[in-house]
Amino acid sequence: MIDVFIVGAGPAGLSAANVCAKNGLKVKVVDEFMKAGGRLLGQLHEEPDGTWWNGIEEAKKLNDEAQQLKVEVDCGVSVYNIKKQNKSWKVYTTKGKFQTKALLLATGAAETAIPIPGWTLPGVMSIGAAQVMTNVHRVKVGDRGVVVGINILSAAITRELQLAGIEVSSMYLPGKNIATGDHGNPILTMKSMLKVASLAPSKLIRIGSKLMKSESLHPLALKFYPKSGIKVWGMPVHLRKAVIEIVGEKKVEGVRVAKVDLNGEPIVSTEEFIPVDFVCIAGGLYPLVELAAITGCPFQYVSELGGHVPVHSEKMKTPLEGLYVAGNITGIESAKVAMKQGTVAGYSVVQDLSNKKEAFQVQLKQAIQTVEETRNQAVIQFHPDIRTGRKKVYMSFKDKGLMKKRDFYGT
Amino acid sequence: MTNSRIVHHPILGRLQERGKIHFTFDDNEYIGYEGETIAAAMLANGERVLRSHEESGNLRGFYCNIGHCMECRVTVGNQKTVRACLSLIEEGMIVNSGKKLPTPFKKGETL
Repeated sequence: MIDVFIVGAGPAGLSAANVCAKNGLKVKVVDEFMKAGGRLLGQLHEEPDGTWWNGIEEAKKLNDEAQQLKVEVDCGVSVYNIKKQNKSWKVYTTKGKFQTKALLLATGAAETAIPIPGWTLPGVMSIGAAQVMTNVHRVKVGDRGVVVGINILSAAITRELQLAGIEVSSMYLPGKNIATGDHGNPILTMKSMLKVASLAPSKLIRIGSKLMKSESLHPLALKFYPKSGIKVWGMPVHLRKAVIEIVGEKKVEGVRVAKVDLNGEPIVSTEEFIPVDFVCIAGGLYPLVELAAITGCPFQYVSELGGHVPVHSEKMKTPLEGLYVAGNITGIESAKVAMKQGTVAGYSVVQDLSNKKEAFQVQLKQAIQTVEETRNQAVIQFHPDIRTGRKKVYMSFKDKGLMKKRDFYGT
Repeated sequence: MTNSRIVHHPILGRLQERGKIHFTFDDNEYIGYEGETIAAAMLANGERVLRSHEESGNLRGFYCNIGHCMECRVTVGNQKTVRACLSLIEEGMIVNSGKKLPTPFKKGETL
C-alpha cells in the first residue's frame, strides 16, 4: 500500500510529493506527459525585476528534489478510474492498479476551446499547444500566424513565440457566434485586459488609465481604437477586428478578418484575407476536474476560479476522507500559487496520516499563509476576484454538513 | 517549412545534440530526434496532417498538444488511438494516420 498517490507531476503535485516524502511517507506520482513539471514546462516570462521566470528550470528543481527524496515519479501514465475501497483508494492506471491511503488530485487545467469556422484544419492549435511545441519540443509551429482570442495567457505566450523567432502577425478577437460568447466582445475583452495591468500591453494601459476610470467611457475608447490596432511588442492587437473564418484546403492557408462594431458584430464588406500558415486559439483555462468527479466529490461552479471545482477547504481537503486537491484543479492561478497549494496539501496529508496530529499544526498554518502571500505578489492574475471565489468554496466546505448534495451544483 | 527545429533560443539556450530516430508514417520514411513526440517530429518534417476524420474524412492535426483533446490520434504498430502528442518516437516505429471509415448505414452511402 502506498501512503499517498498523486495525480499530476506539475508544480502542485511535485511540491506536495516533496513535503510528504520529507516526512517519511511513501509517495507515488504519475503524469500523462513524458516529462515531469506539468505546465511549468514552457513557461517563460520576464518578471517586473527584469529576471526571467524559466518554467523548465523550476520544474527541474522540483523534480531533482523529488528524485533525491526517492519519490517515485512515473511519467507517460494515465489514470482512467478511481474507486473507494473501505478506508483507501484504488487507482486504475495504464501501468497497473494501486492502493493508497491518501489520494491527491493535482491535474491542473485545460484550455477552453473557441470554435470558429475552419478551426479543425491542421495548423490550427490552442495557444498552449504552441507554447509546448515551441519551448518544450523546440519545433516551430509555423512561419507566420495569428492569435485568436485576447487574454492574459495569449499575450504572454505570443511573446514567447516571438522570442523563439516565430512571426505572429496580429492578435484578433474571435468572430462572434453562438459558441464564442464573451470572447468576441470588444468591451469585455478590453476590461479584462485592463485588469491585468502588470503584464498587459503598456500602450493599452496608457489609453486605459485615462479613459477607463469611468465605465461609461469604455465604449468611447473602443470607438477611437486605432484601425491598425495597438502595437504590442511590434505586433498589432486588434480589439475592433475579428477572425470570422480560418481558410485552407488541406491545412491553414489564411484567415478572413472583418472589422467589428462595439458589440463584436462584423461590419459588412470590411473583410480582408490574411495569409498565414498557423492559427492559435486562446480561450483561457478551466480546471481539469474529471477525476474528482468520478470519486463522487461534490462540486461547485465558481466563475472567479474558472469553472466547476471540487469543493475543498483552505487545507486542500475535500469532503471525502483521504481525498485532497491542489493547483489549478481548485481554480485558475499562477504556477507559483500552485506550488504553495501543493505544500499545503502535503502537510494536510502528513497531518492526517500521523499519530501526532497537533505536531504539524504550525507548518500547515504557515503553508496556508504562504499561499495567501504568493497570491498577493502574483504577476499573472488570471481573475481579479480570485479571493472572492476562494472564499465561496471554503464556505461550501464548512457548510457541507448543512447542505443537501444538490446545493453544491450551480451557484 | 521543413526542419523547423528551434536550435538557438535567446533565453532557453542551444538545443542539445540528440540521436537520430528513423520511423515511418503512412509508409513514408522520416527522421526525428530522441525525445521528440510523433506530433513534434512530424511537424518538424513539415507535416501537419495526422489523420482523417472517421466519418467526414476531413484532415486533422494536433490541437491541444498535451493529451486532452484526442485530435492527434494515430495508430502505432497495432495499437490504435495513440495520442501523437504524448508518444515519443522510437527507432523503426511504424505510425499510421487515422483513416476515414465506411458508413454503410448512412443514408445514400454504400460500402
